[in-house]
Amino acid sequence: MNLLAFNLPLVVLLPFVGAAFAAWASRLNRLGAAYTSGLVTLLSLALLMPSVPLPFHDQTLIQTWDWVPDLGLYFSFRLDGLALLFALLILVIGLLVIFYARYYLSAKDCMGRFFAYLLMFMGSMLGIVLSENVIQLVIFWELTSITSFLLISYWQHRKEARQGARMALAITGAGGLALLGGMILLGEMVGSYQLTHILAAGDLIRAHDWYLPALILILLGVFTKSAQFPFHFWLPHAMAAPTPVSAYLHSATMVKAGIFILARFFPALSGTIEWTLLVGGAGLITLLIGAYTALFKHDLKGLLAYSTISHLGLITLLFGFGTQLAAVAAIFHIINHATFKASLFMVAGIVDHETGTRDMRRLGGLIHYMPHTATLAMVAAAAMAGVPLLNGFLSKEMLFDQAVIASSISHWALLLPVLVTIAGLLSVAYSVRFIMDTFFGQPKSDLLHTPHEPPRFMKIPVDILVVVCLAVGILPALTVSPILETAVAGTLQAEVPDFSLAIWHGFNAPLMMSIAALIGGVALFLKRDTLFQLYQRHEHVDAKRYFQASLQGILNLAQTVTQRFDKGSLQHASAWVIAVSLAAGIVGFAGFNGSLLGETPVQSVDTLTVIVGLLGALAALMTAIWHRKRFVSLVVIGVVGLVIAIGFVKFSAPDLALTQLSVEVVTIVLLLLALYFLPQASPKEINRVRLWRDALLAGVSGIGATLLTLSVLTRDFDSISTYFLENSVPGGGGTNVVNVILVDFRGFDTLGEIVVLALAGLGIYSLLQGMTLPAPKNDLRGRLWNPDKHPLILQTLTRLLLPLMLMVAVFVFLRGHNLPGGGFIAGLIASVALIVQYLANGIDWTRTRLQIDMHWAIGLGLLIAIATGLVMMAMGYPFLTSAFRHMHWPVVGEFELASAIAFDLGVFLVVVGATVLSLVQLGRLSHSSHAGSTWKS
Amino acid sequence: MLDTVLQIALAAVALAMLLSAWRLIAGPSKPDRILALDTLYINTIALLILLGLWLDSALYFEAALLIAVMGFVGTVALSKYLLRGDIME
Repeated sequence: MNLLAFNLPLVVLLPFVGAAFAAWASRLNRLGAAYTSGLVTLLSLALLMPSVPLPFHDQTLIQTWDWVPDLGLYFSFRLDGLALLFALLILVIGLLVIFYARYYLSAKDCMGRFFAYLLMFMGSMLGIVLSENVIQLVIFWELTSITSFLLISYWQHRKEARQGARMALAITGAGGLALLGGMILLGEMVGSYQLTHILAAGDLIRAHDWYLPALILILLGVFTKSAQFPFHFWLPHAMAAPTPVSAYLHSATMVKAGIFILARFFPALSGTIEWTLLVGGAGLITLLIGAYTALFKHDLKGLLAYSTISHLGLITLLFGFGTQLAAVAAIFHIINHATFKASLFMVAGIVDHETGTRDMRRLGGLIHYMPHTATLAMVAAAAMAGVPLLNGFLSKEMLFDQAVIASSISHWALLLPVLVTIAGLLSVAYSVRFIMDTFFGQPKSDLLHTPHEPPRFMKIPVDILVVVCLAVGILPALTVSPILETAVAGTLQAEVPDFSLAIWHGFNAPLMMSIAALIGGVALFLKRDTLFQLYQRHEHVDAKRYFQASLQGILNLAQTVTQRFDKGSLQHASAWVIAVSLAAGIVGFAGFNGSLLGETPVQSVDTLTVIVGLLGALAALMTAIWHRKRFVSLVVIGVVGLVIAIGFVKFSAPDLALTQLSVEVVTIVLLLLALYFLPQASPKEINRVRLWRDALLAGVSGIGATLLTLSVLTRDFDSISTYFLENSVPGGGGTNVVNVILVDFRGFDTLGEIVVLALAGLGIYSLLQGMTLPAPKNDLRGRLWNPDKHPLILQTLTRLLLPLMLMVAVFVFLRGHNLPGGGFIAGLIASVALIVQYLANGIDWTRTRLQIDMHWAIGLGLLIAIATGLVMMAMGYPFLTSAFRHMHWPVVGEFELASAIAFDLGVFLVVVGATVLSLVQLGRLSHSSHAGSTWKS
Repeated sequence: MLDTVLQIALAAVALAMLLSAWRLIAGPSKPDRILALDTLYINTIALLILLGLWLDSALYFEAALLIAVMGFVGTVALSKYLLRGDIME
């Protein structure tokens, strides 16, 4: 098979699979996780390799599978120049970060968790850049928000890590929602959610009425993710993450995702005045604010964080210009920023690692202790400052050039070259500060331990990145030119404009601006003390406080609204539900003037039905009257359940009758288990108004329901049941329509339901785990409990009954496909069979004999159910299609074997597991309080 | 002949159900009510089997079988509650 037919999804999904392996490997060996992650990344890279030449030959590789074609949703991947550039950045820098993290993380940190998160994040990023379907792109976008949340909060014991992660998640998550909206608008405008169509429909999109809303929504996503003003404040707080995470997220990946969207949709969205104002404006403001704030940060990572914001602003500004050459510069700066910023973050991590602090006021003179690291830092910082012969210089020159060109548009635009020069000047100043305050000046003596060079291998990733900075800076045409050209071709989806990566363009305006920025920046650094004093004097906006205040405000609002309707009382809640449905019914039937009864003749009633019906009504009435005596009402409500079951039999719904009967038994056991710890009598309702209100609601809604039922049942109506009745045998191979619907026609619903059931069972189990409640020592009248824990007659008889009950369960299970029964009912019967052993013989006795862990039953059931579906998928049918074949077995005779029976087995196991697990866990609540002899009280 | 027998039997069962209901409501003690519920379950078995014979249908049989196998569990749980409070120890 041709690898080029399916390698892209593998590249994306491999890290997700690898994450599980990494987590597992860390159990065997502390460093196993790191090596596994490195291997997985290399493997992804290797899988990508065969398709690398395609974009260089102007080919776009697209691999598509159907997902939900009706909704325009395809499982679809795309590799063009832009995607290739980003994929390579993500994988290569990811590899370096993994290498670095292996040395960075201390013995106390859980390696498996870290590398598993990192790999999942890597996969999500790859998914964004390689997606062809924009909805799929948003899905991976959301995954990056979630996985970056996990990474930022990796040190969960630190408050600032948790808060920073929450903030990042809230901001980027909200942006993701906006992005989804924008993508849907785009897709609806173009009529397709495939990038190929969207990118080709730029003129249509720009002329469309929805252009502006779509643009704003997409930009909201971009600006939140890429930390553009006014959403930039989450990024510095995300610095609470371990440094390898910062190096990865804030150089090549997370924040570049927003930039990637700008580049990706550049042909579709750019070139309008709205684009220029919004994108360029946000970029310019972010560029300046970031650079200005970075200068005053004392924390190395804080400085780098704001510098990242500033450089992201720079890239955004370049895209905002909207010209092709500006896009070239933007793409170029993406590469350059990724290399120098990743290396600087790693240097900051090394300094932190070796000195125990990142505060520049406490650092100094480190060049004496770690000359190698210092040299690397100097080169990388020089690249960040835009010093000639380094990569940062080239892209900064291009920015200055673009600013000069753009300044000719209007008078106001004349400010542009000035503002970008100021930004350049500030970036020189903070780069100089980063180096001078850390590596030069007097060594400080109050450090935790004497600094020294880190392990040799920890510096290798930095070495590599810095060499790239130099190589690109000195020989751009030989190194970066081909990939840049390819990436630009992918971005513009058009001919690449002529651009020159030469270092020397002669004495022109950009060079003057560069020189001004360099000299001004150094001068600014020398005057920094005065500047710091000035900065200290004025008030600073603490975005975190505003963020938390507004978050609290939203929560309070939500709580106020909720409390209006939900006072934590069942009475209140059900009164609302009933009142609203009553109102809806009254409004709905306000204009109804047909007759109450339809044409279908009313059947005659026999005496027996009347008697049984009256019995049910009487029991229901007595339940209400005796509701304060909880035990007695429980006995009486048993009659209501019984009568309903008889009703189901009478009106030809045997499946329902069987279900009702088994549920009835389980319910009594459940309620009694709970009642043991609850008051035996309900308090008397003294509020007269509420009493009358409830009586009125109950009466009117009861009458309403009766009238509704009467009018529906006396009319002929077409329901979907005809379809199921006709197709049950030919389509599902079973004559029991109810069961065929459950396991075949609506198998997917059933799968969802058993998942919910499994979750509920596990949830009850874990919520009650380790909880013990004081058990009452005597009954309602103050009599002591009977000392006979397990009456002998009961024990003996129930043990005899166990195989009989299980046999009934098996019988009901096997015949379920054709006659009343099935996995659900059989599961309930088996549960009751087991529960009764717990009742009669006690938990300990039963547990030593029934050594099945119900967790396994639940898990196995789900696995079987899903596997059935997957097997059918593998055979080319839709998920959960049922196959069946009639076989002739000796002795048994004609027997029909349907794949649905395997699915039904899954249902059976989940029902048994969840029911027994939760009931026994409830029973165990008082288990330890029986340990002593409670009888002696 | 069979029809007559069935009719008489059904009437008897219906009467039995009404009497059980009377015991359920009149009580006076909790064991009385539990027993009444249990008897109602037994009555239902009889009712369903008789109806199955009367209407010549096997569908009623499963429900009766299920009550026969599981109906007592509710009674056991309720009685155990009166006896010990804690039904699962």
